[in-house]
Amino acid sequence: MLEHDVLVIGAGLAGMRAAIAARAEGASVAIISKVHPVRSHSNAAQGGINAALTDRGDGWEDHAYDTVKGSDYLGDQDAIEVMCQSAGQALIDMEHFGVTFNRDDEGKLGTRAFGGQRRARTFFVGDFTGQAMLHVMFEQLIKSGVRRYEEWFVTGLIEEDGRVCGVTAIEIRTGQVFVIRSKTVIFCTGGLGRLFEPSTNALIVTGDGMALAYNAGAQLMDMEMVQYHPTTLAGSGVLISEAARGEGAYLLDKNGERFMERYAPNMMELASRDVVSRAEQTELNAGNGVNGCVYLDCRHLGKALIMEKLSQIREIGIDLAGVDMITDTIPIRPGMHYMMGGIKTDVDGQTNLPGVYAAGECACVSVHGGNRLGANSLLDTIVFGQRSGVHAAQACRDQEYIEFDVEQAARREERRIQEVIDRPQNGDRIGSVRLAMGESMNRNLAVYRDEAGMLETMHDLQGLKEKYTRVPVDNKNRVFNTDLVFALELGFMLDCAETIAVSALERKDSRGAQARTDYPNRDDENWMKHIVTVKGEEGPEISYSPVSITRWTPEERKY
Amino acid sequence: MDVTFKIKRYDPEVEAPESYWQDFSLTLDDSATVLDGLIKIREEIDGTLSLRCSCRSAICGSCAMRINGHAGLACKMQVRLAVDDDNVIIIEPAGVMPVVKDLVVDFDMFWSKIMAVDPYLRPEGPEPDAEYIASNEAMLHLSGVTACIMCGACVSDCTVMEVDPTFLGPAALAKAYRFTADPRDGDAQGVSRDRLEALNGPTGMWDCTRCAECVEVCPKGVAPMDRIMALREQAINAGFDNTYGARHAEAFSSSLEHSGQLDELRLVPNTVGVFNLPVLLNMAPEALRALTHGKLPPIIHKKIENADRVRKLFRRVEDPDRS
Ligand SMILES: Cc1cc2nc3c(=O)[nH]c(=O)nc-3n(C[C@H](O)[C@H](O)[C@H](O)COP(=O)(O)OP(=O)(O)OC[C@H]3O[C@@H](n4cnc5c(N)ncnc54)[C@H](O)[C@@H]3O)c2cc1C
Ligand code: FES
Repeated sequence: MLEHDVLVIGAGLAGMRAAIAARAEGASVAIISKVHPVRSHSNAAQGGINAALTDRGDGWEDHAYDTVKGSDYLGDQDAIEVMCQSAGQALIDMEHFGVTFNRDDEGKLGTRAFGGQRRARTFFVGDFTGQAMLHVMFEQLIKSGVRRYEEWFVTGLIEEDGRVCGVTAIEIRTGQVFVIRSKTVIFCTGGLGRLFEPSTNALIVTGDGMALAYNAGAQLMDMEMVQYHPTTLAGSGVLISEAARGEGAYLLDKNGERFMERYAPNMMELASRDVVSRAEQTELNAGNGVNGCVYLDCRHLGKALIMEKLSQIREIGIDLAGVDMITDTIPIRPGMHYMMGGIKTDVDGQTNLPGVYAAGECACVSVHGGNRLGANSLLDTIVFGQRSGVHAAQACRDQEYIEFDVEQAARREERRIQEVIDRPQNGDRIGSVRLAMGESMNRNLAVYRDEAGMLETMHDLQGLKEKYTRVPVDNKNRVFNTDLVFALELGFMLDCAETIAVSALERKDSRGAQARTDYPNRDDENWMKHIVTVKGEEGPEISYSPVSITRWTPEERKY
Repeated sequence: MDVTFKIKRYDPEVEAPESYWQDFSLTLDDSATVLDGLIKIREEIDGTLSLRCSCRSAICGSCAMRINGHAGLACKMQVRLAVDDDNVIIIEPAGVMPVVKDLVVDFDMFWSKIMAVDPYLRPEGPEPDAEYIASNEAMLHLSGVTACIMCGACVSDCTVMEVDPTFLGPAALAKAYRFTADPRDGDAQGVSRDRLEALNGPTGMWDCTRCAECVEVCPKGVAPMDRIMALREQAINAGFDNTYGARHAEAFSSSLEHSGQLDELRLVPNTVGVFNLPVLLNMAPEALRALTHGKLPPIIHKKIENADRVRKLFRRVEDPDRS
């Protein structure tokens, strides 16, 4: 029998941090991940992690204010205070774990500037901060003795008497279905970038956890808030980090002009991401781009700086677009990047379902509100990962395992999966359904939105959901059947897509990442509230949740 | 661009499984990577093709495989640059590790080597309240090693592991160096010394034959072999100079320093020990064979002309400030 007090689903930064924290509380802990932990998407984070360190004259209140303003006043200020106050210690913990952060001349941690913040408070390892942190977190996970299920794919939650008491999962290497029992579950399954095509996100980022939780009755919040990053590479849509602009790169239109002057005269290229992406899209719509792209210009930064601090993204430009940023400008455009919304939690990671927690990109605390500041997400993962780990472990102490028929649960899931495999070979292919969804989402739920477009996507999604019930799985065997995994992921993606479209249609104002051409202004009187979706009989049902305001009254946002 | 992917496949679930080759013809954009091609095959032609991939940008370490005979990341290699004159590209799973299915190999052995080097920071002494103070140079140097994404390309093409799977191998040794070179990890008399002592044993740092294949195939510029050489230096400096490897290095360099050329005849006894009769006797048949085939090095070892200039070179390397 596989059973653990705390089962963490997902082994990115949030998941591993949660598992280590829960273990330190004395709980028996396991972590399960569909890829080896170091392959998790956290490794893609390039630019860095924010923290206001008081010993260099920064203050957490300043960081919190920048975050609140960045969120377009949709972020919950009580949660933002928790995050920014904990940031210093969380960062120092990472350094003590072994992360090789770049240093300043005195040998202390060095900083770089990032968008939407008035001070340089982003700590970094070259331009592969996420990878450096993820591998170190894995080292600590090894040390902690947490049980690891690597390359296991969670397919469903098991509920008994209204309480989640375990999961079903496929061991990908053998294709066998297992039940893992647990007293508490922490979702740390990351974002949902692959709902969009193109996206900066890795192929495994498919919203599984959000969909699993949603289908079990969890509330999702802020699902309309999808971040488009201003600098994604032409073609593949791979990210060129904000670190480039943090180090001083320019954005140029086809005439070589720095157009940000007209949109954010003070912060220029380092305004908030939503602001910069809208500026680019406006320029592109006005015909000031080339082949759907504007340019990122790093040439004046010089070879030495680029080699020391931006070498990985230089390689990406060379490998994927054939341009060398030392000598060339890079064609870029806004591209889907991050999900502000997710499973609604409190500051301890607790969801509306007893025993179920969430942290990291799959969760919505909400510290990012309408728009996440660059380098606040890594911070979010380690702060709330740790808090949910501690809390879930403590909640297990006076909790017994819930009894249920494990064999039967395994058999039922095994049968459901066999049915998926056994589908006839005549439906649309998995890849084509995903592509149709991704293109529709990217057409109508991107930088600018309007009702007609979003209704079109709603309609597309209905059709695709119907097709989904018939997508065939080519691979009828079990060992490392990635085809089966994709089929199951596609189902999760379609569920998430629907909640995004419904929430975006519901919000009738423009705020943060949601810019509606039919409602172009922010309307605090009616829409200063979170949109919450839960699964109903006929699809997502909507309710609202108030925004927590502690000390910063909403004002107009200028950069 | 019309290309043919020639892929080595393996399905463990058929009766008497055996690898076989399968060709896929497809049309790709000029900028497509090998991974783009494989994904297209999987999505549009044959969903049974199994491979690991995720980030598409050489950071997650999932997609290492052999492309035209050498290990590399499929997402980092452009098809245009990889095809031969007939627009064919040859794809095989990574080497050394056993194949699970198609291009998916079993990483258990890879990770067990990593686990064997105590792969986490082991600081000694009181922890500072704030960060450890360290120079940016030291951290940049380490970041050059921590840039390793554990893709397994070096292990795949390691010529030692191919014949001796007990060797710790390039990835694990580079990982170990990442700690022995970290100013925050243990002190010279404690943990750092223990680490070096463990790596100094059989299957450790001295088993590398310096073929440099790992340096060649590493997609992240980690240069594992260079790290192994740095470990050797650390080990000798820490006083572990009494291994075959250390003595071999010492015998090699002292012979060169004094005569300007290698004294091959004395290399072996100086390495294994002049009084190490069992090992020396073991080598006697080989020496005899060399003798009968006229391959035995000259008994009387001569200095080369200008040997003093070689000595000067040595001095300059050892103490660059003086010269
Ligand atoms: C290109 C890029 C650059 C970025 N740069 C920055 C930056 O500089 N600074 C910053 O702060 N943020 C950055 N971000 C955002 C940040 O990296 C992510 O939001 C964050 O790392 C998410 O971490 P996570 O732990 O929540 O999820 P992830 O790291 O995505 O981990 C998710 C885990 O869940 C597992 N999982 C998912 N579904 C299942 C399932 N069904 N069964 C089993 N396991 C499952 C996966 O295997 C994985 O282990 C960037 C994002 C991208 C895409
Ligand atoms: S897909 Fe991540 S390294 Fe190639």
